[in-house]
Amino acid sequence: MTTMLEPHRAPQEELAPSRAGARPGRRSSSDHPLWFLLPALAILAVFFIAPTVFNFVYAFTDWSSFKSEIGFVGLENFRDLASSGTLLADLRITVVYAILVAIFQNLFGLLLALLLERDTRVNRMARVAFFVPVIMSALAVGYVFQALLEPDGGLNAMLSFLLPGQVDVAWLGSTRWTIVVVALVHAWKWMGLSMLIYLAGLKTISDDVLEAARLDGASGWQLFRQVKLPLLAPAVTFNVATALLGSMNGFDVVQATTEGGPGGTTELLNIFIFRTFGQGLFAQATAMSLTLFLVVALLAFPVIAGLRRRERVL
Amino acid sequence: MSAAPVLPVTAAPRPPAPRRSPRGLVQPIAAVTSVVVLLGVPFWLIIATASKPHAEALDPDLSPPSHWQLLHNVSTVVEDGRMLKAFFGSLLVMVPSVAIVLVLGSMASWVLARRTSRLLAAVYAIAISGIVLPPAVVTIVLLLRQLGLAGTPVGMVGVYCGMYLSTVIFFVTGFVRTIPVELEEAARVDGASPVRVFFQIVFPLLRPVLATATILICLYIWNDVFYALFVIGGRLDTLPLNLYQVASSGLYLQNWELIFSYILVMSLPLLIVFAVAQRRIISGVTGGAVK
Repeated sequence: MTTMLEPHRAPQEELAPSRAGARPGRRSSSDHPLWFLLPALAILAVFFIAPTVFNFVYAFTDWSSFKSEIGFVGLENFRDLASSGTLLADLRITVVYAILVAIFQNLFGLLLALLLERDTRVNRMARVAFFVPVIMSALAVGYVFQALLEPDGGLNAMLSFLLPGQVDVAWLGSTRWTIVVVALVHAWKWMGLSMLIYLAGLKTISDDVLEAARLDGASGWQLFRQVKLPLLAPAVTFNVATALLGSMNGFDVVQATTEGGPGGTTELLNIFIFRTFGQGLFAQATAMSLTLFLVVALLAFPVIAGLRRRERVL
Repeated sequence: MSAAPVLPVTAAPRPPAPRRSPRGLVQPIAAVTSVVVLLGVPFWLIIATASKPHAEALDPDLSPPSHWQLLHNVSTVVEDGRMLKAFFGSLLVMVPSVAIVLVLGSMASWVLARRTSRLLAAVYAIAISGIVLPPAVVTIVLLLRQLGLAGTPVGMVGVYCGMYLSTVIFFVTGFVRTIPVELEEAARVDGASPVRVFFQIVFPLLRPVLATATILICLYIWNDVFYALFVIGGRLDTLPLNLYQVASSGLYLQNWELIFSYILVMSLPLLIVFAVAQRRIISGVTGGAVK
């Protein structure tokens, strides 16, 4: 880099008056030296890019804690995972979980935003309260709901009080519905964030537009469906994208509530990766990690394009 | 709006004042009810169970404890869960990660925002891809072993830096473009080196966006357990790691009063910070989204 700087510095010192004329050519090189990029790029290269590249290598080996050598085995890991049904099952569970979280989180967030839209004292306090789960540890939230949803837990106690007869539903024990329950817990943790983003979106809608619609005789529902919702589109895009991609990478809530059970029906890819890693089956864990990477990358390309467009506007 | 003619009967004759007053009652009641049901129940469960004697906490129902022993449970868990060590362990990995990511990320963002070339556009795309792409958790452990950093705070800091540099670069690059380049040029004409221009002029101007990034990254790292389990699990105490141990070790199985005491104490620092800087945090976390 210094060699790039030298030839520019010399003439600048001799010919002070021509500096202004030389600027357009100079601005891009010596005013913003490329070496400023190097420390950040070095960290990214070592701790982000290199492990990702390793993913593409070690997923095709027999790397494990049971032997010291590592040899190539081609597609064997994927064949094993596919033939046991784990690959497709976990992939499906992860995608279903992500979609459910995106739906619930946005539904709750939007409803809360509409409920707490006006700037009253009660509403402001409620908004702050709904943000507390967002800053809490997801693991802690998971344990709270594990206790709440136990057969002898708080929810059944409450329902038994309200309804006739004893309620003892095993909320976390159904091979079909537990995935929905854990997605609801995940959505509960993050709904405060979605709510705030929707509130910010609602604030950008001008009162004139709403007043005009009201004068035209629009009902509350029409006002929402035909005026507010279309104008909230950017907030919806952002919330859905972050909820989808964030929960694809989910772990904490599910690990704390079900650890992937019952019968593996809530085993997200990250739960599988953590479990097989703990068993010393590193290559299998890597193969699943690569699978997660590829699926998220496939989903993320449109998202990155969207974020970059947004950022250019900013 | 096309349906407007159908509705004037309900909408038009209503004078504004009476329309507001019933809603003025319904809305606050609905707001308070939603807080009580959605937040009050889980939070009451935490406080009530954390205060119960062991025998009563076995079934974590919503009943109040027969006698409150919150302090007793808290002191048990602070000791058994090594909470003090965990607190400092969490700080030990969080503070250097955030500092490194902010300084190095801003330096890179400055150049990425000011210079344009096809190569730099590609570098930028790769640099921000970490916002959405999941880190390769398994092979990162292999790499850390090869570097001799497995299980060390330095390794953990490196992993967090690799993960969250992209967030900083994304936020800051956009922000730098809004700063007029003339500010820098004046200093350059006066003979300031690029290093001085960056650290004395540009970096201080980045304060608002760096505040946002700091809040986000602190939240992520303070609450992270997944990556910590892979990199430093069993070697270093952090608050979420020790919570995981307390909750999953056989010794504490079903010891809800201890788990919830732990959660209560662990959430306290965050809640205090949140109470103090509530507006800042909320605008910080949503700021990135609404812009």
